Amino acid sequence: MSILVNNHTRVVVQGITGSQGSFHAEHCINYGTQIVAGVTPGKGGTSVIEDQVPVYNTVAEAVKKAGANVSLIFVPPPFAADAIMEAADAGVALVVCITEGIPTVDMIHAYNFVQRKGVRLVGPNCPGVITPGACKIGIMPGHIHRPGRVGVVSRSGTLTYEAVGQLTALGIGQSTCVGIGGDPVIGSNFTDILKLFNDDPDTDGVVMIGEIGGTAEDEAAVWAKANMKKPIVGFIAGQTAPPGKRMGHAGAIIAGGKGTAAEKMQIMSECGIHVVNSPADMGSKMREVLS
Amino acid sequence: MPYVCILEVSVKIHEYQAKSILAKYQVPVPKGDVADNPDRAVEIARDMGGSVWVVKAQIHAGGRGKGGGVKLARSLDEVRAHAESIIGMTLVTHQTGPEGKHVKNVLVEAGQDIQRELYFGIVIDRATSCPVVMASSEGGMDIEEVAADNPDAIMKEVVDIEVGLMPFQARKIAFGLGLSGKQIRKAVSFMQATYKAFIDSDSSLLEINPLMIDGAGELIALDAKMTFDDNAMYRHPDILAMRDLDEEEPSEIEASKFDLNFIKLNGTVGCMVNGAGLAMATMDIIKIAGQEPANFLDVGGGATQERVEAAFKLILSDPAVKAVLINIFGGIVRCDMIARGVIEAARNLDLKVPVVVRLEGTNAEEGLALLNDSGLGLIPVQGLAAAARKVADVVKGA
Repeated sequence: MSILVNNHTRVVVQGITGSQGSFHAEHCINYGTQIVAGVTPGKGGTSVIEDQVPVYNTVAEAVKKAGANVSLIFVPPPFAADAIMEAADAGVALVVCITEGIPTVDMIHAYNFVQRKGVRLVGPNCPGVITPGACKIGIMPGHIHRPGRVGVVSRSGTLTYEAVGQLTALGIGQSTCVGIGGDPVIGSNFTDILKLFNDDPDTDGVVMIGEIGGTAEDEAAVWAKANMKKPIVGFIAGQTAPPGKRMGHAGAIIAGGKGTAAEKMQIMSECGIHVVNSPADMGSKMREVLS
Repeated sequence: MPYVCILEVSVKIHEYQAKSILAKYQVPVPKGDVADNPDRAVEIARDMGGSVWVVKAQIHAGGRGKGGGVKLARSLDEVRAHAESIIGMTLVTHQTGPEGKHVKNVLVEAGQDIQRELYFGIVIDRATSCPVVMASSEGGMDIEEVAADNPDAIMKEVVDIEVGLMPFQARKIAFGLGLSGKQIRKAVSFMQATYKAFIDSDSSLLEINPLMIDGAGELIALDAKMTFDDNAMYRHPDILAMRDLDEEEPSEIEASKFDLNFIKLNGTVGCMVNGAGLAMATMDIIKIAGQEPANFLDVGGGATQERVEAAFKLILSDPAVKAVLINIFGGIVRCDMIARGVIEAARNLDLKVPVVVRLEGTNAEEGLALLNDSGLGLIPVQGLAAAARKVADVVKGA
């Protein structure tokens, strides 16, 4: 088992004829993911990636004709919110949006829309979701992962790879790794993903990687204290970040003295999360906690 | 609802520009214009008429009044004298840092009959993923101080973006501010117009502080601050044109030309990392190893050899840098490509500081081999903790 995606997942890639879309769709296929369709408005009827993947004009068509149940989005920022809403409207169960740089107001509209449709959104501005050995939906390097029983949830891309690399090097495999994204408005937050890991019989523990800005980690920690049956190892990036400066991710900023790493780490510790100070200790802490 | 978590992003404009945007939406602002020399300042005041004017320094930082950047003039001679003293001055406020900001322009406005000073602001709140309108009867104060000392003094209305700020919400705030009679209707118009300006311009923060009420009972935006969502600036060329590059850190402007995310810090270890989260984590582990990072730098997911070179040059242009740590976890970015960029840059620049390189992930071995064969004395290291320790050691040895 796993969360969100498995080997029954059938993926439609929106923006598959773009350079990012085709490059990553091919890598997903090579990993073993079932990419059953692509969507680019105006290019319906063609096919891509050595004629393996049919392209449709709309997501609705991809769902109806190719049986897609998850969408992976590489559409450029000005059109990405529309793409998210199109996927949700077409009836897929999960939308994973990789696109970075979507205007906040557009994302609020898209967020409200997917909520009303009851569709789960992961991202935007995220590396995607991977269930090692079964299904990779995103841009992460597949080869660093190993199938196993530790979940990973993170606001960051490469820092997630760092955690996965440490786990794999210690012989600890992963059930599912979820990048929730670095933007201020995202479809799924830490709490949403922790709930799924909590209910997954094949996940024994979770590495949770947060960063400065916002209060999502605090809320997740409070939820975990009351509900989580499995150990969590936590790290917060940006302990040395100055206030008022946006650290790459649109959401990573200490504003009004709130959202500092120290504050988050304290709340997480108080809620029973095994917080590490050094990003080099995420894997070894998980080994210690599980033994 | 807990406190409002403000989302602030990088595109900022001056007060006079924010007021020009508000005026387009029929938000009442004082009469006035901007001047870059004393003659023009006097001309503006003379053309407006009246007997009292305010001369206000135009810099992005707040706290201008306390720093001597806002002055009242009771004659045209005083307008000239104030404009002469403010234009060209280096204004130091609690937000500029000790080096202050050079003032290029002043806003000359008609003096106002201030009866009350209120606070009005709009932000995008992350916790609710909604715009939030805030108001307080303690105008002129720093809202963060009010939030800390007397949070109950701030009224908040969460706005459903699909319907906008509704009159009932604006009325709630207006009555809460102690307004009455005809002022309620005026306040509702004021707030709805301001909200429309906020949403239409993809603003991330809008503050009117103070929002004043004059002797005739009119509401007027006496000061205005707006920042914008830089992800949305592609559809606002007019706002992007208002950006004042003199207000921004030169190294950060240079970085933005190459699509690099760069923030200058005060330490001695330069860092080049792919990914924002890993870049922050790298800064953190440098600190844990006993040193301070000189910068935040994310070369991004689509880093090219050219961008890596530009990044490397940028790091080395800071004279405080005593060593560089390159930390790359290759995914889409191939480590061999990063290595080529680093080698190329190191050859073109006269490299005087030690460079510690940690490569992991896609094509890491190939990248390390290239570094070892380059003969440039780059120091390859395995693992994040070892990399931080090594760079700390070389800084101490330097």
